[in-house]
Amino acid sequence: MKGLVSSAATILLVSFVLLFINLQLENKHGRVGKDTITVYNWGEYIDPELLKQFEEQEGIKVIYETFDSNEGMMGKIEQGGTSYDISVPSEYAVQMMEQKDLLLPLDFDKIPNIKNIDPYFMNLAFDPQNKYSIPYFWGTLGIAYNPSLLDGQTFESWESLWDASLRQKVILVDSAREVLGVALNSFGYSLNSTSLQELKEATDKLETMGPNVKAVIGDEVTQLMINNEASVALTWSGQAADMISENEDIDYIVPEEGSNLWFDNIVIPRTATNIEGAYKFINFMLDPEVAAQNAEYVGYSTPNVKALSFMDEEITEDERFYPDEEAREHLEVYKNLGLETLGVYNELFLKFKMGLR
Amino acid sequence: MKNNPLRFVYAVPYAVWMLLFVLAPIAVIVYYSFFDLSGNLTLGNYRNFFSSIYFKLTMSSFWYAFLITFFSLLISYPTAYFLTKTKHKRLWLLLIIIPSWINLLLKTYAFIGLMGLYGPINGFLETIGIGSQQILFTDFSFVFVSVYIFIPFMILPIFNSLDKINPTLLDASKDLGASSWVTFKRVVWPMTIDGVKSGVQVVFIPALSLFMITRLIAGNKVITLGTAIEQQFLVTQNWGMGSTIAVFLIIFMFLIMLLTSGKEKGASANGKTK
Repeated sequence: MKGLVSSAATILLVSFVLLFINLQLENKHGRVGKDTITVYNWGEYIDPELLKQFEEQEGIKVIYETFDSNEGMMGKIEQGGTSYDISVPSEYAVQMMEQKDLLLPLDFDKIPNIKNIDPYFMNLAFDPQNKYSIPYFWGTLGIAYNPSLLDGQTFESWESLWDASLRQKVILVDSAREVLGVALNSFGYSLNSTSLQELKEATDKLETMGPNVKAVIGDEVTQLMINNEASVALTWSGQAADMISENEDIDYIVPEEGSNLWFDNIVIPRTATNIEGAYKFINFMLDPEVAAQNAEYVGYSTPNVKALSFMDEEITEDERFYPDEEAREHLEVYKNLGLETLGVYNELFLKFKMGLR
Repeated sequence: MKNNPLRFVYAVPYAVWMLLFVLAPIAVIVYYSFFDLSGNLTLGNYRNFFSSIYFKLTMSSFWYAFLITFFSLLISYPTAYFLTKTKHKRLWLLLIIIPSWINLLLKTYAFIGLMGLYGPINGFLETIGIGSQQILFTDFSFVFVSVYIFIPFMILPIFNSLDKINPTLLDASKDLGASSWVTFKRVVWPMTIDGVKSGVQVVFIPALSLFMITRLIAGNKVITLGTAIEQQFLVTQNWGMGSTIAVFLIIFMFLIMLLTSGKEKGASANGKTK
């Protein structure tokens, strides 16, 4: 009994000492200070140098947290708890957040740098008049492939993913709308299809791709492609850019039937406590030089038209990552289909994954 | 201590803990499982669970959990047995336990490297002339990595029960003319069965709800109940359906606990009461 009490006392004492040291450290770094903003962004989605630059320039501390899915991010913001001042949802998630009343309307007077954004990317269907959101990056969904590991297959069409020569070679992303989208696109159906008939056709067709599928994974695919472990992957343009920068054999293509065009957008969630700081941050990120540096670091395409002149021409002239407006005609932006339909997509996707061997 | 009136006071933190962190969450899960997406009271989630796809999912989860438990036991029992025979058994046991202190994700990522096309395992297969194989993203890799992760949890209870056997009992069995096999079957096995049962419990139940490894090692070609719950909550945002799957997972756990717990109530896990 005595031993128990003394060991319990020791543990408590150690805990308090650690807590005290921790508080001291936080004070030293000014974390508890008033002027901080909490930025909630995707992983690997900002140049960390820029965060430092912002802190020095504006004297505002940045607490940076990351998420890996729109849904997970929305869940955390909905529950409250942490006061996120900035978040970066994709277009359909902007719509969902707006419906759930999770966003604050933006005041453009506080964001003079808004003028740098290409008008083509403003006033889009998911957020008319950009009431709540400003585009941060955009990109496409396509196929990254490594010709040096293949026998001359090309991917001008989604159909080539079904080719018998690709047995156990294709890596898909673990996301229902993207994967079902491949089959929908191959039929020429809309990526926002809600017709059960079309979705069923798409799933049936996907199931015939089964023998070609090597794995259905997330961001790990980047490393597998770089290390020549995998030769064909369904992936987003920026991820493909990451792969290409590490392994020059890899190429990226958006098949001609069409694909997804997506936007990630800066918003100020309702949980924000330092709204002034959030505006300063947004304005900072829209500065042409900052946006250029960020785009070169992240690898996705920037909607900031002034930034393009600060970037390497090799990047901005690359049609694979900066397709011209004509090429964008074939691309489709996701709409928020509602939870009911999202459930249908995911159940069909689950059925497809269950059939994989 | 037994008749101390204070013992009810001592029980308060425990009772509060159980209420807040065990009973209340289960109640919340059961509550949510009766609601559909638009917040209406429904039994639809349960009906949906018995539809072909979730039923199939449950079956395959059980199959993989069974495989993982079976191979863990197959490796752990002899290992634990030989451990008790070694000179520095505590040291050896510690060496086996240490890997389980390392973060699960780190170990999993290590296996991605080891099992890759250009990893050391394929390098070895290449040199002995078999040629490199696709190891990652197969049933084999999934079961292998899971077994590796669970082995320490299986060895520990079995080791403890083997270690507690009084060696004179084995001598007595031999003196009475029993062969080694009969001694094992009639004396050692019955005395360690409780260790095996608790080992099976701590492996089978988490194996049913493994996730992460299903994606990183099996490339989502194996889908467990755990993965399905994660998807329902985070992607589909259908908390009702996610809760329903969780309710079934809890029911399965209770059934397994019932099946693997000893008959006599309150028996200590080391088999001494037999």
